[in-house]
Amino acid sequence: MTMIHIFLVGIGGFLGAIARYSVTKHLNSKSPLIIPIGTLTVNLLGAFLLGIITGASVNRVIVLLFGTGFMGAFTTFSTLKLEMIQLYRNKQKKEFTLYTIITYGFGIILAYFGYLIGSILF
Amino acid sequence: MVYFLVGVAGTFGAILRYLIGVSLLTNSLFPYATLSINLIGSFLLTWLTTRLLKKTSWPSHITTAIGTGFVGSFTTFSTLSVETVKLFQNGAILLGLLYVFVSIVGGLLMSRLGFNIVGEEVQKS
Repeated sequence: MTMIHIFLVGIGGFLGAIARYSVTKHLNSKSPLIIPIGTLTVNLLGAFLLGIITGASVNRVIVLLFGTGFMGAFTTFSTLKLEMIQLYRNKQKKEFTLYTIITYGFGIILAYFGYLIGSILF
Repeated sequence: MVYFLVGVAGTFGAILRYLIGVSLLTNSLFPYATLSINLIGSFLLTWLTTRLLKKTSWPSHITTAIGTGFVGSFTTFSTLSVETVKLFQNGAILLGLLYVFVSIVGGLLMSRLGFNIVGEEVQKS
C-alpha cells in the first residue's frame, strides 16, 4: 500500500459518491414506488460491474480506482439499512420483504454473472 | 456545491474503508473487514440522521455530505455481493450464507440501535 493506492481509491470514491447521489436523488424522488428504486439501482448495477472488474484480470490501478474506489462508494450498505428500517417502522412489511429479497438475491446473482462475463471477456 | 461536498466526503469514506480493508484480518477467508465496516456504518447513519444532524443547525448540504457522502461511501454493497460469490466459488457455502445472514440481520439491528439510542424515540415506541 502506497500513497498512490490511497489516492486512486480517493479519486474513485469522490466520483462514485457523486454518481450515487445524482442517481438516487433523481430516481428516489420521481418514483411512484414505495421501494427506494434509486438505491436499488446503484446497488445492483454496482454489484454487477464490480463482478466484471473482479472477474477480469486487470491491473491493480484499475481495481483500486474503479473497484474499491468507485464501485465501493457508488454502492452503499448504510442507506439500504436505513431505508429497510424505515419501511419496517412504517408497517410496510411487504415492501420491506420485497426490498430485502430483490437487493440481496439479485445483487449476488448479478455479481456472479458479472464475474463470469469479466473472466470470459478480459 | 452539494455535489462537490458529497464527493469530498465520499473520498474520505472510501479511503477509510480501504485502510480498514487492508489492515483488518486480511488472511481470513471470511470478509470480517467489510462486515465490520457495514455494521458500524449502518449504526452511524441512523444515529447521525436521527440525532446528531437534527440537533445541529448545520445547513443541509453539510449533513448530506456527512450522511450520504461519507457514511454512504464508507459502507458498500458491491463488495459484499462479490465477496459472497467468492465464498460460494471456494466451496464455503455455509460461510457465504452466514455472511449474507449476518449482513441482513446484523445490519438491521445496528441500524435500529441507531434509532433506539435516541431517548424520545424509545419512549414513544
